Amino acid sequence: MHDPILGIRDLDAFYGDFQALYGLDLHVDAGEVLAIIGANGAGKTTLLRSIAGLMKNGAEQVRYRGQPIGALRADQIAALGIALVPEGRQLFPSLSVEENLMIGGRTGRKGPWSLDAVYNLFPILEERKAQASTSLSGGQQQMVAIGRALMANPDLILFDEISLGLAPIIIKDIYAALPGIVGEGMSAVIVEQDITKALSVSSRVYCLQEGRVSLEGASDALSREDISRAYFGIA
Amino acid sequence: MDWVNAIVQGTLLGGLYALFAAGLSLIFGVMRLVNIAHGDLIVLAAYLGLTTSVALGLHPLAALLVVIPAMAGIGYVLQRGVLNQTLGDDILPPLLVTFGLSVIIQNALLEGYTADPQKMDAGALETASFGFGGLTLGVLPVLTFAVAVAVIAGLQWMFYRTPLGRAFRATSDNQDIAQLMGLNKAHVFGLAMALSLAVVAVAGIFLGIRTSFDPSIGGGRLIFGFEAVIIGGLGNLWGTLVGGVILGVAQTVGAKIDPGWQLLAGHLVFLLILAVRPNGLFPRVDA
Ligand SMILES: Nc1ncnc2c1ncn2[C@@H]1O[C@H](COP(=O)(O)OP(=O)(O)O)[C@@H](O)[C@H]1O
Ligand SMILES: [Mg+2]
Repeated sequence: MHDPILGIRDLDAFYGDFQALYGLDLHVDAGEVLAIIGANGAGKTTLLRSIAGLMKNGAEQVRYRGQPIGALRADQIAALGIALVPEGRQLFPSLSVEENLMIGGRTGRKGPWSLDAVYNLFPILEERKAQASTSLSGGQQQMVAIGRALMANPDLILFDEISLGLAPIIIKDIYAALPGIVGEGMSAVIVEQDITKALSVSSRVYCLQEGRVSLEGASDALSREDISRAYFGIA
Repeated sequence: MDWVNAIVQGTLLGGLYALFAAGLSLIFGVMRLVNIAHGDLIVLAAYLGLTTSVALGLHPLAALLVVIPAMAGIGYVLQRGVLNQTLGDDILPPLLVTFGLSVIIQNALLEGYTADPQKMDAGALETASFGFGGLTLGVLPVLTFAVAVAVIAGLQWMFYRTPLGRAFRATSDNQDIAQLMGLNKAHVFGLAMALSLAVVAVAGIFLGIRTSFDPSIGGGRLIFGFEAVIIGGLGNLWGTLVGGVILGVAQTVGAKIDPGWQLLAGHLVFLLILAVRPNGLFPRVDA
């Protein structure tokens, strides 16, 4: 039994009057890879944005290493060691590839990740480092987004649909790099539409449905039927 | 030769307009804020320079050592204390609040300094001149232009070569994601406004040495700065310098045709360029 690195309790989230999350409970154990699956609009991105500090939460709704962080600003949470690889990559178009990576390292946290380490992981980025990030292919942009998050030397890294819109061969490459990333003692949360992929890289999985947890369990213990039911809400 | 002279003098005047414009352009680039009080802040800087140079017995240019940090400090506090609260999806609140600020500054200056025109005493610098290829150039306009070029080059370097500039560009691109990188946007915006008002300090001092000023002239300076920014293309600092020069040349050439046409000629050229190139001559071209 480990201590959770992240604990979420009774988390709600709103966009104006619209409620996207309803009393969510969830935890991430230290050193584990946790998968979050669920249909489009289930609230996966909202959950990650809440953890990263981009939604308004109560302090106690998100605890990190035993500290309440729910009410902190996103930049304060980043400084504590939580990094998000956002859905759709969201690179800074005015910054070159290398500048995108460098700004990821702005928190000044110590650790194994540096420009050299990222270039080692994704050598193509070193060749393209002076280019505008918008000039890269989708897969290369995703590498920049991952590298940018790693540059912060996070203890907990959140991946939001890193395979979205990429060719299968690129997805394979990126997932092949994952063990080298999370093997460094990092904990990870992976949001993924591709259920097989999500189950194969994770130790535990939560399924979200319409803003609620509809299923949770060990990734190798859940049956396909359970997952389909939790995913689509078919009784 | 008269026409060449008008064009050269107009170019030099454009340096002053570029100084009016650079801070405006910076703020708009980083946080999409149109600062209606920009001109009044220039006038405020001129008065601060006047008071500093009189009280401490300094040359107005030496007063920059006091006025630049003072205006930068005012900028940071103003941004964090007031303007940050107005920024959001709606563009109206910052316009209204900076308009209110403009009124407040004008009235405060009226209270403090009366409506009488004032001028800074820069001694020999005001009248010194030298011959150049058959033209007579004032040392002050040439110095103003050189300072404008240096300020723009410095801002350009800061924007594209330093971590601060990287933070400005990233925050301008995407505030949420910049925040995820550990950048506190409230602080980043405060720094941007501090820098903007540091440039305003330089603009105000050179304005106050060149001409007499009173609390009411801020609006006109805002318009010149605004026109220079738009002519050059939003978010392009060198474009802003070119915009200032075009405006300055239009004014001096217009004045040469008929002294009453000086301001009108500037506005007409502005409208003409806006009609032909709505995004200005050199709009920023990133995605
Ligand atoms: N910016 C927003 N404004 C309003 N509603 C939103 C916004 N973002 C997401 N939503 C809504 O919140 C719900 C959850 O969205 P999201 O977290 O993006 O789901 P997922 O990532 O699982 O596809 C959806 O119903 C979506 O329409
Ligand atoms: Mg999503």
